[in-house]
Amino acid sequence: MNPVNYLYLAALLFTIGAAGVVIRRNAIVLFMCVELMLNACNLAFVTFSRLHGNLDGQIIAFFTMVVAAAEVVVGLAIIVTVFRSRHSASVDDASLMKL
Amino acid sequence: MTHAATVHSLWTTAAAAPDKIPSPDIEYGQLSPTLIVLGAAIVGVLIEAFLPRRQRYAAQLFVSVVALAAAFAAVIGLAAGDYGTSKARVAAMGAIAVDGPALFLQGTILLVALVAVFTFAERRLDPVAHGNRVDSFAAQAAAVPGGDAEKAAVKAGFTTTEVFPLVLFAVGGMLVFPSANDLLTLFVALEVFSLPLYVLCALARRHRMLSQEAAVKYFLLGAFSSAFLLFGIALLYGYAGTVTYAGIADVVDGQVRNVTPALAGTMGNDALLLIGGAMVLMGLLFKIGAVPFHMWTPDVYQGAPTPVTGFMAAATKVAAFGALLRLLYVVLPGLRWDWRPVMWGVAIVTMLGGAIVAVTQTDVKRLLAYSSIAHAGFILAGVIATTPEGISSVLFYLAAYSFVTLGAFAVVTLVRDAGGEATHLSKWAGLGRRSPLVAAVFAVFLLAFAGIPLTSGFAGKFAVFKAAADGGAGALVVIGVISSAIAAFFYIRVIVLMFFSEPRTDGPSVAVPSPLTSSAIAIGVAVTLVLGVAPQYFLDLASQAGVFVR
Repeated sequence: MNPVNYLYLAALLFTIGAAGVVIRRNAIVLFMCVELMLNACNLAFVTFSRLHGNLDGQIIAFFTMVVAAAEVVVGLAIIVTVFRSRHSASVDDASLMKL
Repeated sequence: MTHAATVHSLWTTAAAAPDKIPSPDIEYGQLSPTLIVLGAAIVGVLIEAFLPRRQRYAAQLFVSVVALAAAFAAVIGLAAGDYGTSKARVAAMGAIAVDGPALFLQGTILLVALVAVFTFAERRLDPVAHGNRVDSFAAQAAAVPGGDAEKAAVKAGFTTTEVFPLVLFAVGGMLVFPSANDLLTLFVALEVFSLPLYVLCALARRHRMLSQEAAVKYFLLGAFSSAFLLFGIALLYGYAGTVTYAGIADVVDGQVRNVTPALAGTMGNDALLLIGGAMVLMGLLFKIGAVPFHMWTPDVYQGAPTPVTGFMAAATKVAAFGALLRLLYVVLPGLRWDWRPVMWGVAIVTMLGGAIVAVTQTDVKRLLAYSSIAHAGFILAGVIATTPEGISSVLFYLAAYSFVTLGAFAVVTLVRDAGGEATHLSKWAGLGRRSPLVAAVFAVFLLAFAGIPLTSGFAGKFAVFKAAADGGAGALVVIGVISSAIAAFFYIRVIVLMFFSEPRTDGPSVAVPSPLTSSAIAIGVAVTLVLGVAPQYFLDLASQAGVFVR
């Protein structure tokens, strides 16, 4: 199969993730959408790696996974703390600060 | 066998010659500033794990201050050894550049962090709780605000000494960020300094709901923007087949030696280059806080603990502008006819947007947040110059601006009422009559923000605008001066409010700080005045440092 098709898939996944961040209101779902975007990046890296015939992209994919895992640790900690003090994970409720 | 034949040559060759992987050659001496800071951060984590609670504060403060001072000494040593000029090179297998801009910005970040650590360690401002002196960080960040666990933690006198290793990790990432010489290092450094900052934002002792809200906003938007940065990196990698800055620049300029068939195919695809470059720029402009990627700035600056806000506002901006400069001047100079118009637009809306919205603000921290957005626009004007003067003027502006910001936020921590810091502007009315010294110091910082002569703000703005005008961005300078005038209006308004209005009877009191915050503010004032009265030495230093290695 033509590797370019995987790039279209990566772009599609990235767009779905980005649209989800903009549209959805639950902090956990938002965060899942961000993770989808990162995984779309991974797919693009691996595909380009195959296309160019060098290993850089595959190595970067591993780095991305580690970074995404670190982000989960910090992100979930923050979201859970907010949930415990507000009993809601909706980002619309978090509006103590206004212009 | 037919199945084996379809296996890509990539894996078969890699499996056949495992002994050909060269062992990496790391120049530890040239990377020592970063290594010292990250090593100290790990020591800080061990202190948290093994020392009893009572001893942690002193130990953490000692380790942080010593590490930052030692790292700064290492930067000075490298600069004295001509690593900033004639011996500038790319270290760590091409991942990190050791050159003038990198060393200058690393030195600035380390000094800023050192002063910021002083404000982090301040324990005289908050009233004594149950016989314990406390700082501006939550007793126990995991406890629900107002809950029993929090009351017990406050009563037991817990403090969050984890802030010191967190700030050291953030500084470690910031040191790598402006010196990253490939896109992977850029991304990893971005995350290394962002993740501790997200946590630090959530740790305020007072107004904890506000602080947690700031953290969740900063985290979600920050993760969103770094995903854009990463996809941009993927596209640039697809375009050039490499992530090193020099490699991508060669492909952009069409100077690449051996063109593989795959590279020949992707090189011709300008969409990859343009979209990828734009997405990486987006990620960096988010960290800078440029319009239209500035939405997080006011909320996060207002909600985060004020010492963290000061550190973040100063150091993040220095690191992010360093990375932006390197990206635009080393990777994408061949593309400057494409990115210059875009950056023109961004600079104009950032300068005007920040200055105009700041006029309507009623909270000191939000006011300073919008002013930082306007300043990001002024610095972008210097970035757009695309001349050596552009680089050096941006370096100078960053050094000047970061100390003013740090000092201004340190003053904000002093003005307090029963609810903690009194950040509403109406409460600052008549402050000059009640505490002339604090008001005068804040006035100096505001005048520096406004760019009044004899302050560092004037020297910085003059250098940046001059570079922009020489670089053919005259219209940008006109808009910059207009927005400076708008910005001056609200800075002067605060000064008038402090000195020429009647003090409120229920107004805030000014807490007497320990020598830690006093020295932080004193350093801020000293740097502001020295860079304002005698900027030439530092301008020369910045212009010597203003050459990127490739």
